[in-house]
Amino acid sequence: MSKTAIITAKDVDVFYGDKQALDKIALDIPEYKVTSLIGPSGCGKSTFLRCINRMNDLVPIARVEGDIRIAGQDIYAPEVDVVALRAQVGMVFQKPNPFPKSIYENVAYGPKIHGLAKGKTEMDELVQWALEKAGLWNEVKDRLDQPGTGLSGGQQQRLCIARTIAVKPKVVLMDEPCSALDPIATAIIEELIDELRQNFTIVIVTHSMQQAARVSQRTAFFHLGTLVETGPTKNIFTSPEDERTQNYITGRIG
Amino acid sequence: MTDLISPSSQLKGRKSAETRFQWYGRGAIFVSLLFLVVMVGSILTKGVGAFGTTNVAIEVDLGPDAIDPANPADARFEKIVKDALKTQFPEAKKRKDRRMIYGLLSNDMGFELERFVEANPEAIGGTATVWFRASDDFDAVAKGAVDRSLPEDERRMSDKEIAWIDQLTEQGAVERTFNWSFFTNGDSREPELAGILSALMGSALTLLVCFCISFPVAILAAIYLEEFAPKNRFSDLIEVNINNLAAVPSIVFGLLGLSMFLNTFGMPRSSPLVGGLVLSLMTLPTIIIAARASLRAVPPSIREAALGMGASPVQATFHHVAPLALPGILTGTIVGMAQALGETAPLLMIGMVAFIVDVPDSILEPATALPVQIFLWADAPERAFVEKTSAAIIVLLLFLVTMNIIAILLRRKFEKRF
Ligand SMILES: Nc1ncnc2c1ncn2[C@@H]1O[C@H](COP(=O)(O)OP(=O)(O)OP(=O)(O)O)[C@@H](O)[C@H]1O
Ligand SMILES: [Mg+2]
Repeated sequence: MSKTAIITAKDVDVFYGDKQALDKIALDIPEYKVTSLIGPSGCGKSTFLRCINRMNDLVPIARVEGDIRIAGQDIYAPEVDVVALRAQVGMVFQKPNPFPKSIYENVAYGPKIHGLAKGKTEMDELVQWALEKAGLWNEVKDRLDQPGTGLSGGQQQRLCIARTIAVKPKVVLMDEPCSALDPIATAIIEELIDELRQNFTIVIVTHSMQQAARVSQRTAFFHLGTLVETGPTKNIFTSPEDERTQNYITGRIG
Repeated sequence: MTDLISPSSQLKGRKSAETRFQWYGRGAIFVSLLFLVVMVGSILTKGVGAFGTTNVAIEVDLGPDAIDPANPADARFEKIVKDALKTQFPEAKKRKDRRMIYGLLSNDMGFELERFVEANPEAIGGTATVWFRASDDFDAVAKGAVDRSLPEDERRMSDKEIAWIDQLTEQGAVERTFNWSFFTNGDSREPELAGILSALMGSALTLLVCFCISFPVAILAAIYLEEFAPKNRFSDLIEVNINNLAAVPSIVFGLLGLSMFLNTFGMPRSSPLVGGLVLSLMTLPTIIIAARASLRAVPPSIREAALGMGASPVQATFHHVAPLALPGILTGTIVGMAQALGETAPLLMIGMVAFIVDVPDSILEPATALPVQIFLWADAPERAFVEKTSAAIIVLLLFLVTMNIIAILLRRKFEKRF
């Protein structure tokens, strides 16, 4: 286990009913780095990601076994407050899903329910900080009171990122955040991810090998519910140890 | 590659099928519009008469013989009016003729004079011209609703009465005005005095009770079932039962109300409280079903977004999901309330069918409701109640339209794009 790992997963099994979706996953995720999860469709990337902030709790038939720790704390321990956990581990979804409220309210919602800002000026500052971090401030500062759903897809996704980081989580999980975006919006988000790594640990699921190579420092390759290989992104893409990884990144399976 | 140009006969067949379907659709819309126009039109033409009333000016003697200036309230007002009528028509000497001239005015003539004297005390001691409300038969003649060419014994008014009315009309002592009292009076045995207010208030109070009970209960039930309840056999059973409940005939709810609320709990008979309770039993399933459908229509991504932010399930529901479902919930509520407004059968069972003259001002007083009032008037023997019935239907329809407009405005206010 590397010394700087903030998330450590050991022996993680996930079942949907009788069907096993993840089998004995063991993965360390280092702090202030971008880790990408790659693998063919249906291999369990999203399932693993959703284990990290316990979004799988929402699926009645899902059952998670094993041990996942964040900063040493077992997040599946019975005394864990899921609401507090999700404030620490934010999530950005595949399809931009801003609340049908104003841009300002979208960003202020998290801090409001978690009581992170006292008074209006503090909240204004926090909203501005989050939007600046998400690279959206200059585009929306004159129309903060307009609906977030009125932005373009790429802007909406950055709004969702701003909304997530406004809560100042330790970890940000992103499930194919660019799959609904055009190349230019994708490039903006990728740049943004690179910057966010200063303050946050990021885990990103992606179907684009190029994206994984561009934004991540570490890569984990999943196949049929198992973790095949993990290591520095450079190594995975240049000299994979497993044949399946080799086949996948060269486009032979997927 | 197959040939893209299909044989022209096939193309023609498809085109004519399409055209035919469009015409069927237009025909269906035309037929339903026709029904609507005929129905509303006939109600309007029958009912407008009730919104007008006929007034007659009679000169009354308020001299010291009739009214004691020191004690005007003790005067026998009805006798003063009758004396004035006798003076006006000296030829009416026989008892039968006398009764006929008294019958030109409404039964309320004594009260009307009393009110006039209270408002104009300076008139005491002299003579004054006072406007009285004409009786329903007079009103019918003045409106031209009586066919004068019919033989005398086949119409309500004799030649003699018609002559008197014509005489008054020539003197300029007859006028037709808007019948405000239709909206300010309660029910009455006399059609010219009968008003809709008691029924309108009864309906409003009943609906208020119904809304205050069914809306919060239904919303809480729907939100719990849709957002929180575990999905298992038991919740399926509840779902099936709610759907069945929506199909139960309303009279059954009336019987339930009779035995439960009246006989077991001893709540006041004929009161809007009981009426509202019974109707809310009926509207509950309607609102629950509509609310669940609109909660289900909220995209799951909104829930995920909120929960992913660390919102608790209750926060996610009340901050994000419920507001988005609100327009649909409101529509369902209005549909339920509109059903409740038009419902008669369960109200008959709990005694809201009584003859109520006083306007109820609390939910515990006896009251009747608009549809019941329509039912009662439609059953009344006097001719003039026929148009009252239509007028009451117009009021009921206006009530409905108002409710719908409010719903549309609310929906506009809450509707948001996502
Ligand atoms: N809610 C669910 N109920 C039942 N099975 C599920 C559910 N979610 C996922 N699965 C199953 O679990 C397996 C892994 O799914 P997962 O969504 O994690 O794949 P993924 O790697 O994210 O795929 P993709 O790249 O297509 O998003 C799949 O076989 C899928 O069918
Ligand atoms: Mg996925």
